[in-house]
Amino acid sequence: MKKIEAIIKPFKLDDVRQALSDIGVQGMTITEVKGYGRQKGHKEIYRGAEYLVDFMPKIKLEIVVPTERVDDVIAAVRNAANTGKIGDGKIFVIPLEGVIRVRTGEKGNDAI
Amino acid sequence: MLLPAAALAADGLDTGDTAWVIVATALVMMMTPAGLALFYGGMSRYKNLLNTLAMTFVAYCLGSIIWVIWGYTLAFGPDVGGMIGNLNNLFLNGIGVNDLTGTIPTYVFIVFQMTFAGITVALVLGSVVDRMKFSSWLVFTILWLTLVYCPVAHWVWGGGWMADMGALDFAGGNVVHINAGISGLVLALVLGKRLGYGKEAMFPSSITLTALGAALLWFGWFGFNAGSALAANGIAASAFLVTNTSAAVGALTWMVVEWKVNDRPTVLGIASGIVAGLVAITPAAGFVNMPAALVIGIVAGLIGFFSVSRLKMKFGYDDSLDAFGVHGICGIWGAVATGIFANPAITEGVSGLLYGNPRQVVVQLISIAATIAFAGVGTLVVIWITKLVTGGIRVDGDEEIQGLDSAIHGERAFEIGI
Repeated sequence: MKKIEAIIKPFKLDDVRQALSDIGVQGMTITEVKGYGRQKGHKEIYRGAEYLVDFMPKIKLEIVVPTERVDDVIAAVRNAANTGKIGDGKIFVIPLEGVIRVRTGEKGNDAI
Repeated sequence: MLLPAAALAADGLDTGDTAWVIVATALVMMMTPAGLALFYGGMSRYKNLLNTLAMTFVAYCLGSIIWVIWGYTLAFGPDVGGMIGNLNNLFLNGIGVNDLTGTIPTYVFIVFQMTFAGITVALVLGSVVDRMKFSSWLVFTILWLTLVYCPVAHWVWGGGWMADMGALDFAGGNVVHINAGISGLVLALVLGKRLGYGKEAMFPSSITLTALGAALLWFGWFGFNAGSALAANGIAASAFLVTNTSAAVGALTWMVVEWKVNDRPTVLGIASGIVAGLVAITPAAGFVNMPAALVIGIVAGLIGFFSVSRLKMKFGYDDSLDAFGVHGICGIWGAVATGIFANPAITEGVSGLLYGNPRQVVVQLISIAATIAFAGVGTLVVIWITKLVTGGIRVDGDEEIQGLDSAIHGERAFEIGI
């Protein structure tokens, strides 16, 4: 099993969710985060006090998938989240030790 | 204020005047806990929003009580040497329900003036948000109203030496804005800069609240300026008209200048321009015509913008919410402008530079200088006593970083994820 973490632009969330649903990935957890990479921030000026706001709002998606599905999921996320502009985000693949369903106690792929 | 002559039996109570000034009083009252509280609160950092509201509220509450015990008599009681009123009317002693000040009940006049005292001291806190001990603010308020506000109010409106000299201040250029602006600056200099000032980002908690506050201030200011006619008459109407004009053009000017200089017209700038225009027209409200108000408002927008964005940076003082930058500087401009534009066609017997009386400008400058000097020294004395009584006036570094809403009040401004 792998955990996929994807950082995407907030307005792309619906597209990504739809794309994942289309390939049978039903669950995810999202967090509102801030971050930057190559995307430049913007300037805000309040009564003469200038602030460079580096951190841009992003959405972090966390999904758990069986190892054999990883490539499909990455492709789905990439296609849906891609705008071609700097700041589109990144996808991380993390090895996962175990998954347990709280309600039933099922483990492993049965719990995904 | 058009100084009310001692009530003559022949004058009698005018119900129109009375009704208007009662309403005006309510409008000015609203300016402090609603207008100013939101205006300042929205510009404070989120972690100190409630503290700013608290300081504003208690300033008005303390003002309300002090005024009716000893404030009114010190400001408007029988004159002692042109400097202060005596204590004949302590606890409003000797003033009855049927007594008149001009054509309105004296009680109405008392409450109307009280709302001015309340908002003036509340303005001072704008220089010092985020770092003052709450107990010190309470003590400071009591002392400042007594030792600084009342004397200046007496000099200008209570039959004191500035009135005798012919200084013109219709609704509070000296008494309110210059007084508060200078005092705020002095307090800010003594308290010192906020931790991280100039390095850390200090975002306003809510421009939305500030904009709403500015709108409430504008609305209430009609009571402030037109109410100062103490009558429902042509002068009140004229003051009403020029007040709106100056506010509107002040806002547009600030917006345009900011757009040119910083590439963006900000809502904070528009709100600030409104207040700058209102401050500047305050001393002039019942004395100038509409075209003069256009000039006054435009200049207020210009100098307001440059004083908050350049002057502060240049000299490095932390006048947090620009009480000095907007109220002090634009108040000074307004007081000078009164000396230039005062027009006998509006108020009989009153004229400025443009109407053949250049001496008025000199008189205004003297009154401005005296207010600045007295407010400065007086505030230092008040601070010194406050420090003794409350053991220092600044919060601990830890509390300042934690935020005063949490450290002092144990409350959160909004129940959101922050």
